Amino acid sequence: MIRFAARRFASTVLVLFAISVVTFLIFFTTPGVDPAARIAGRNADPATLAQVRHEFGLDRPLPVRYLLMMDHLLIKQDLTSYVNRGAAVIPQIEHAAPVTLSLVIGAAVIWMLLATVIGTASAATRGTLADPVMMAVGVVGVSVPTYWLGEVVNLLTQDKWHSGAFSWVPPLGYVPLTANPVQWALHLLFPWLTLAVLYAGIYARVLRGEILEALNEDYVRTARAKGLSERRVLIAHALRCSLIPIVSLFGLDFGALVGGAALLNEVVFGLPGLGLLTYNSLQNLDLPVIIASVLYAAFFIVLANAVVDIVYAAIDPRVRRA
Amino acid sequence: MAPSATAPARGPWRTALADLVRDWTAVASFTVFVLVVAVCLLAPVYAHYIAHTDPFQSNISGTTVVNGKTVPLLAPTTTGLGLGVTPIGPTWDVHHYFLGADNQGRDVMARLLYGGRNSLMIGVGSALICCIVAALLGVISGYFGGVVDTVLNWFFDVIWAFPVYLLAISLSVVLLTNGLRLGPLTVGAGSLWLPVLIIAAVYVPYVARPVRGQVLALRGREFIHASIGIGGSDARILRRDVLPNVAPMVLVFLPLMAAINMLTEAALSFLSVGVQPPNASWGTIINDGLGLLYTRPVVAIAPGLMIVITAVMLNLLGDSVRSALDPKARLRGAA
Repeated sequence: MIRFAARRFASTVLVLFAISVVTFLIFFTTPGVDPAARIAGRNADPATLAQVRHEFGLDRPLPVRYLLMMDHLLIKQDLTSYVNRGAAVIPQIEHAAPVTLSLVIGAAVIWMLLATVIGTASAATRGTLADPVMMAVGVVGVSVPTYWLGEVVNLLTQDKWHSGAFSWVPPLGYVPLTANPVQWALHLLFPWLTLAVLYAGIYARVLRGEILEALNEDYVRTARAKGLSERRVLIAHALRCSLIPIVSLFGLDFGALVGGAALLNEVVFGLPGLGLLTYNSLQNLDLPVIIASVLYAAFFIVLANAVVDIVYAAIDPRVRRA
Repeated sequence: MAPSATAPARGPWRTALADLVRDWTAVASFTVFVLVVAVCLLAPVYAHYIAHTDPFQSNISGTTVVNGKTVPLLAPTTTGLGLGVTPIGPTWDVHHYFLGADNQGRDVMARLLYGGRNSLMIGVGSALICCIVAALLGVISGYFGGVVDTVLNWFFDVIWAFPVYLLAISLSVVLLTNGLRLGPLTVGAGSLWLPVLIIAAVYVPYVARPVRGQVLALRGREFIHASIGIGGSDARILRRDVLPNVAPMVLVFLPLMAAINMLTEAALSFLSVGVQPPNASWGTIINDGLGLLYTRPVVAIAPGLMIVITAVMLNLLGDSVRSALDPKARLRGAA
């Protein structure tokens, strides 16, 4: 078990290294993308460009530039932005991370609850009309662009019905939890719901499939033979085992969202989280911020992957030998 | 093709097709999808013969006819701060700005149809490329194993660990500045092929990994051992034994990937790193509608609805294809 975990950890570090190299190469070796031109500003004269190039070490060979950047990012931790001169990168990420975490954790709680209820209920009511109706809701949830849904929600809560039913909805933006917990929740309520709709749909569908499969298993027959009620069989036996694949799916999605996959929600609801930070840095080709936030994101995804694998190995010994 | 002993697995395919035709969800969703495609393909016809507009030409000082009266397309805003202009809203008259105009005075309905063409082309095209490439890589990786497998698998791991949208946005930002030149392959910066290729590339691991898993499982099965035992070449085993068993899986992925890819295209275009002007897609129109959300919400709502309808149809179709091609699902249904 420990050997498995160690091997998994080693490959994690390797993948993170590869990602930093790939990101670096995407932005540094593509012709036409000249960081120096970005830093120096529009129509800078060649002398300024050369000076900027030298100052930022952009005239050094590629591997040296890569190592310099990693040194500033990870060891000295004083990497600064190319665009907002002097703005340190790490504090920006530290500032954005709680916003994204607030958004994602709240949404995750909502979607897991919704998905468990809808998935179990539709598996229990298979063969009746309720099942296809619930699944249809799930399909729509999967098919809605979340930023578009966010816009429609904004339209209703901020404009059309703002003087009526939704007068309690605060303007777009973010209030830190530590500053005012009630306002924090109110500001995040609709972003949470919007983000949760998408995932609740996917998870409910997966869960329903798993439960239906589990209901055909021998252990369910055994449970029934022992004379357990159908409700107990469904919830204590079938649902319990069906949640294992859901939990692994959850690990991956959660990692991706914390890492910035909630970008579109942050854009639409004006939440200054990591997704927005990364997006803005991509638009400005602000390389230090891009590298830092992509690495941060990848770190969470890879970590989630590794945790899921290790948990799996702990549950299922066969995986360890693979 | 002439019926012969070499036609692999005719039975299952035909049964699956028969199942699909009997499945009303499959038939209905397929019909609606084809209708959406057909309507979008008719975009030039609508623009030239019905609406008589050029949806790619801004028409700021233009006028149109509403209830027999000539009105300007863009009127100065009177509410709120009174800054800027408000384009006319939906007239519900197919000849004159059915869904109104955007803030450049362009016909939203015509743009919706033209945009649909691009969105569908990118969604379906990138799903095809993604599935074919992923199937190839997955089969090679799973069948040959060894170093090839290690390298490919590691490559999947790295792409997998990127947040999909961030990778797609990164590639788009870089490639949109001056196009893609990869050996003999040259794609211009404004080309629609750019989003097609980028979206196809970022989703390859999502299909390739399950395919690889399936091939790994197949490798251990008796019929493959038998084929190796009778001296079958790799090419023969791949063609006769592996491919027919992997094809259904890839086919199931196709409509689902088309839906996901279409949503991704819309997201990229919404962030203005997807389809580039003057081209339109449903995502770019949502983006156009962002500034008009509180005055002319239809500009943003209409393309979103089209995306939802198309994606729902593709997802339903994908589910039906899955249950038609998965014998286990059929057994469950019969039980």
